Amino acid sequence: MTDTSHSPDGALARPFDGPATDAALRRFLDGLPGVDAVGLEQRAATIGTRSIKSSSKAAALDAVLSLIDLTTLEGADTRGRVRSLVSKAITPDPSDPSVPRVAAVCVYNDMVHHAVEALGAHHAGSGGDIAVAAVATAFPSGRASLAVKLQDTADAVAAGADEIDMVIDRGAFLSGRFGQVYDEIVAIKNACRRSDGGHAHLKVILETGELSTYDNVRKASWLAILAGGDFIKTSTGKVAPAATLPVTLLMLEVVRDWHLGTGQRIGVKPAGGIRTSKDAIKYLVAVAETAGEEWIAPTLFRFGASSLLDDVLMQKQKLTSGHYSGPDYVTVV
Amino acid sequence: MTRLAVAKTYKLFIGGAFPRSESGRTYPVASPGGDFLANAAKASRKDARDAVVAARGAVPGWSGATAYNRGQILYRVAEMLEGRRAQFVEEVRAARGVSAQQAGDTVDASIDRWVWYAGWADKYAQVVGGSNPVAGPYFNLSVPEPTGVVAIVAPQESPLLGLVNVVAPAIVSGNAVVVIASERHPLPAMSLAEVIATSDMPKGVVNVLTGSAAEIAPWLASHADVDGIDLTGAGALDWVDLEIAAVDTLTRVMRPSPLEDAVAPSLERIVSWTEVKTVWHTRSLR
Repeated sequence: MTDTSHSPDGALARPFDGPATDAALRRFLDGLPGVDAVGLEQRAATIGTRSIKSSSKAAALDAVLSLIDLTTLEGADTRGRVRSLVSKAITPDPSDPSVPRVAAVCVYNDMVHHAVEALGAHHAGSGGDIAVAAVATAFPSGRASLAVKLQDTADAVAAGADEIDMVIDRGAFLSGRFGQVYDEIVAIKNACRRSDGGHAHLKVILETGELSTYDNVRKASWLAILAGGDFIKTSTGKVAPAATLPVTLLMLEVVRDWHLGTGQRIGVKPAGGIRTSKDAIKYLVAVAETAGEEWIAPTLFRFGASSLLDDVLMQKQKLTSGHYSGPDYVTVV
Repeated sequence: MTRLAVAKTYKLFIGGAFPRSESGRTYPVASPGGDFLANAAKASRKDARDAVVAARGAVPGWSGATAYNRGQILYRVAEMLEGRRAQFVEEVRAARGVSAQQAGDTVDASIDRWVWYAGWADKYAQVVGGSNPVAGPYFNLSVPEPTGVVAIVAPQESPLLGLVNVVAPAIVSGNAVVVIASERHPLPAMSLAEVIATSDMPKGVVNVLTGSAAEIAPWLASHADVDGIDLTGAGALDWVDLEIAAVDTLTRVMRPSPLEDAVAPSLERIVSWTEVKTVWHTRSLR
């Protein structure tokens, strides 16, 4: 762990240096200050009470749209369902061509080539603006051997995935085997390399619902960033509670601290349980006030969601038409 | 020993819960003589929007329940109404300034009316629907199905019987309703909501808003997720504009009616909130 090449300024110190052994990581992570849980939740609750003017709301809704990873992660997913998800990503509202496109579609590993094929010229890899994200590493449990996880990742990258959403080994993390979690993230990051020299962006899913405490969320966030994750993501969406505002706020604080220390910007992706525009706008407020407004961009912030898109579209229709819209007026997947 | 009476502040009934108005507003409710009775919540358009979401969520379960089951639950509501008869008599008496005898008659009529509509749950489809004679080897069947979410402006001058007479026929076929109670006399409506909340009725089937119909009704009329609007109690409003707004989003409209029609039992009120589905089915040839 002596690689400081992505630090733009040699004077900025990495918060952690030296070989990433179990003991060294434990010394560093256990030395992080504890989280003031009451203060954190209080701060998150305050964010939810802001009143927002309708002109700001219109801008916020467009921003939310452009940050969505439109997701389908069902056992019952088919090629047809992925194709209709993709057409929704390309044209979210057929009645209003001015609606911005979503950032990415997020699918299971074996659906990646269907998504790439359906996107065609809209695929980020072919000069378009929609990326394909794949969940890998034995998602959602992460209970498989490293060899299987690496193969899973390599398959998705070979099929054309631009982003890999990996899960950490929560069992190892909770047992204090930080080195193992670290090495696994480093190995998966290597597997994200493409033959053309580029590499797929790596989002590290912490599954905060299984980490029990805010202190653990802070440690896992640092660990994932130290190991080279491009994004830290709250949840798989398969475990309750999924993304919550306090947890996302905490992760944004880690990202902010990392940026202050190293100058490097890491992305954050809350996923699961964000269903309404109102909730999504609270997250935007948290992002802007914690990490900074430059984080409100698809390269640094994403929502992992499926039903959120419909609610945002209905809110946009309400702003345009002046009357409330309903689910009959948005397309189904 | 004398004690201070507890003046109640009523809340709204949305999705099986009793929230305050999102706007935080309340308004005082007075008797015809001008005595303060209680505070009622003054619902805003956002409360109406939330109520429509709750109602929409209740439609699949309620319309999918068997007609027999819906009837049983409606009978249960009538039982609970009967159990709280004394409270309703007092509320109707205070609201309308009538004698206890007249108020008692109104409450009895309301209970009987609820039972009357409950009885139609597993019978109206046989009366309204049926098999149609067609020139071909087919069975041809017409069946009424609930419209979906129905918004209702309840009669202003009949706070209990008038309310029962617009709510019960809409829900008996499987619709979910958002009802704006009488603005001046909202208390019997909120007590009816308390009865419904404790009667096995799935949450969201009946949602009760109190406040200004002139303020809330336009939002319900133009709401794209409202399938029908009952303007029975909207005679004093500018209801032509409401009808225009409703038609823009393909909403079925029932126009305002005079009080005697608004409180009269009618199968027509049930049928108004249904859509006819006609099915062709091949007949075996021998």
